[in-house]
Amino acid sequence: MEKKSGRAARYALLTALALVLSWLEAALPLPAAPPGVKLGLANLTAVFALYRLSLRDAASISLTRVLLVSLTFGNAYSLAYSLAGGALSLAVMALLKKTGKFSIVGVSVAGGVGHNVGQILVAMGVLGTARLAWYLPALLVSGVLAGAAIGAAGGLVVRRVRL
Amino acid sequence: MQKDRKKAALHDLLLAAGVLLAAGVLSLLLRPGGGGAWAVVSVDGQEIARYRLDQDREETIGQGDYNILRIENGAAAVTEANCGDRTCVVMGPISREGETIVCLPHRLLIRVEGGEASGVDAVS
Ligand SMILES: [Zn+2]
Repeated sequence: MEKKSGRAARYALLTALALVLSWLEAALPLPAAPPGVKLGLANLTAVFALYRLSLRDAASISLTRVLLVSLTFGNAYSLAYSLAGGALSLAVMALLKKTGKFSIVGVSVAGGVGHNVGQILVAMGVLGTARLAWYLPALLVSGVLAGAAIGAAGGLVVRRVRL
Repeated sequence: MQKDRKKAALHDLLLAAGVLLAAGVLSLLLRPGGGGAWAVVSVDGQEIARYRLDQDREETIGQGDYNILRIENGAAAVTEANCGDRTCVVMGPISREGETIVCLPHRLLIRVEGGEASGVDAVS
């Protein structure tokens, strides 16, 4: 059946899209932002994959993206950082989606917050200081805003795009 | 169906409001103090240097993995680094007690500490 190749193509497409979004984001850093305050544009593909494919697909797309982006831009530490952000974000989103009590926007908001909190927790561990908690308020707010924007966009894409 | 959607929207809103409230409370608790006196540099949690904020200077921290720290007008900033993500450069100048600049790839933390008042109260 063509279903299998369709799935592989979809998977490749989403991974490529996630990479493009990550690179775009790395090229356009937010001015004067605390660490990890990025829009998390690539989270859009995670939200999409979570709703239209499966948690497993969403996880492997995120993992591939984080590995490739870290190879290009960072080192082992930035890898740990992004990995924690991606994993916590996805875990929180999958959990909230499962309750059925939130829309895609709420799920994505939780994902945005999880993404930022995961990163700051690893940063605290690596640097051995709780002082980074100082960034939490900004990270929480930016997580909510980015998550809401991504959730709204994700809702449109999930409804409209036939993949 | 319509009812479910309204309910979900309400839950979304409550979730967002809860997080924003937490952010507000945290920022009140963790608000930075007045103008600091020292820029304290640590790598892997170990302090390696401290520089007065009231004396302008430029220091290169590290050799292979480097960050250039510039102290100017009572504020410290990383002006250049080869860490790849350059978050440390983008984070901009810090001058108030408790403020930090982080370069995670280099495990570098620069924070402003108080102490002997330097009389500088620059707005970052
Ligand atoms: Zn850096």
